[in-house]
Amino acid sequence: MTEKIYRVNMTTLTASAEDVPQEWKTLGGRALTSTVVAKEVKPGCHPLGKYNKLVFAPGMLSGTACANSGRLSAGGKSPLTGTIKESNAGGTSSQCLARLGVKAIIIEGLPQKDAFYSMHLDKNGITIAEETELIGKGNYEVITAVRKRRGDKVGVLSIGPAGEMKMPLANISVRDPEGNMRSHGRGGLGALMGSKKIKYISIDDAGAPGVAIAEPEKFKEASRVFAKCLLDHPVTGQGLKTYGTNILVNILHEAGGLPTENFRTGRFDGHDKISGETMHDTIVERSGKPSHGCHAGCIIQCSQVYNDKKGAYLTSGFEYETIWGFGADCCIEDLDLIAQADHLMDDIGIDSIETAVTVSIAMEAGIIAFGDGPGTLRLIKEIGSGSHLGRLLGAGTAAVGKAYGLSRVPVVKGQAIPAYDPRSVKGMGITYATSTMGADHTAGYSTATNILKVGGFVDPLKKEGQVELSRNLQIATALIDSTGLCLFVAFAVLDKPEAFTAIVDMVNAKYGTSITGDDGIALGKSVLKLERGFNMEAGFNSTHDRLPEFFEELCPPHNTVWDFTDKEIDSFWDF
Amino acid sequence: MNITVKLFASFRTGRFGEKNFDCPEACRISYVLQELGISESEVGVLLVNGRHGDVDYSLAPDDTLSIFPLIGGG
Ligand code: SF4
Repeated sequence: MTEKIYRVNMTTLTASAEDVPQEWKTLGGRALTSTVVAKEVKPGCHPLGKYNKLVFAPGMLSGTACANSGRLSAGGKSPLTGTIKESNAGGTSSQCLARLGVKAIIIEGLPQKDAFYSMHLDKNGITIAEETELIGKGNYEVITAVRKRRGDKVGVLSIGPAGEMKMPLANISVRDPEGNMRSHGRGGLGALMGSKKIKYISIDDAGAPGVAIAEPEKFKEASRVFAKCLLDHPVTGQGLKTYGTNILVNILHEAGGLPTENFRTGRFDGHDKISGETMHDTIVERSGKPSHGCHAGCIIQCSQVYNDKKGAYLTSGFEYETIWGFGADCCIEDLDLIAQADHLMDDIGIDSIETAVTVSIAMEAGIIAFGDGPGTLRLIKEIGSGSHLGRLLGAGTAAVGKAYGLSRVPVVKGQAIPAYDPRSVKGMGITYATSTMGADHTAGYSTATNILKVGGFVDPLKKEGQVELSRNLQIATALIDSTGLCLFVAFAVLDKPEAFTAIVDMVNAKYGTSITGDDGIALGKSVLKLERGFNMEAGFNSTHDRLPEFFEELCPPHNTVWDFTDKEIDSFWDF
Repeated sequence: MNITVKLFASFRTGRFGEKNFDCPEACRISYVLQELGISESEVGVLLVNGRHGDVDYSLAPDDTLSIFPLIGGG
């Protein structure tokens, strides 16, 4: 089956299918979204203007029988940071798109009329219709309504009220198999979708031709080896399934790297109340699900279903970063309240990391006090309502910090720093500083090697080896983000060379190519360079690859500081 | 001498979360693991007062030893 690029012009409200250019044929996921954005989007454009484009691309292995391959990449120029952005998410859409032979969807232009639209994609192509009924509605209601309209199995990409209001912390939600939410969280891509006036995209893969595989037997063998590697590794086979990502609260606390009270210390007294261990026991006690996959084919299953005290559904995909943000960073010791916040954010359609750090800055500013749980829920609702205060908060951490004259504002390139203090997990600091996405932990997860001793060990409190570690991880991540594989496969890949070989073998078996592991690494490098090239043309340079100066303050308990020289940071790009 | 031992994730099952622990002067972490019935191959991370150590590390009075199986997240 021949794959197609679907180009949607929102100015003329038309869609067309194009042949895939030769040089894009073996690309997918982040490699493809970033290639399209770098080629077709003016770096200097306004992120909400007519020149920006919103690009979706399933990964190279999405839609196949390969385990954990259902991640979808979304790309564009970020309304939050002004840099290039790729954000990937689970949910069911990536596999639906891949099975329909959709290589990418490129959405361009702006509607002339002040109206919202929906888009539907099936084996016959794309249709665009004006949408009125669901405007202003939250994601939960949108997904329920779209399932009623289009059938229970339909894939959905949607924005909540925050995306409609084009807030820089708005995300794009992706429905999971149960009808709950996963998110293209970071960088405000929900605002970009809102600027294109698209409330939701529904995808029906009924009668889809499926993914063509050049050498099916070879593919099957490699995918079997790969699945075995995931199941045999203690982290991907058991750990994530049992405790989810929130298992990190206690280890980061113990290691002194859990940013607390707007990055004042690396330890949080209330850590055990919000920990993965407590969360696991709570979920089991309330008949929730401790393990859950965000798409069919996920065998790691880091997600979960968290019920309230009465045993009714409260939230799912309840992640460490969210719990850290409202827990340690905002000093709230109440897991149920954080779960309510998570539910609200999914419904309003806002990034849980940017929102949590924004709330901690609102606390720093004195809008509410640190530890104020009910006040936190009120602020999140303000964002959803679009009140004046809500609009300010919806502009994100950097904007609120500026409005209140604060300098203790943890952002890089305008994006909030997540859940690992760069003074006591120094490899993460290098990733925050140099990532083409602004501060982003997933871009090069040095915590694995600094704290968790996966892929070796580099002392988190020392500078030695951190630049090289972050560089190697960012290159490998750019590759993994292009395959459609969930980044958590990296825990197995870092420890088992045969898992990496299996990925290369699957790519070759799918496309009938004969690339090597080194070619894969070269692809990762070229993606990073392409993204950096876009950012430079958009006005960024090495002075933006810096952490805020308040990280020169001591971070208890180890009393370390951020002490990399500019030259050391800039050597990251020597490859 | 007295130290504090903290266990995490699956290591808590059938054991404890945090406990004062009596052990010989300058004993190694491997001794504590043996007393707790945790095999070295199950251990992912060992922290002494928040810093990474290994099984041969000699403990001092009042140290806090945190013991984790191999875990991941992000
Ligand atoms: S491991 Fe978690 S994030 Fe990854 S695919 Fe599975 S549920 Fe989704």
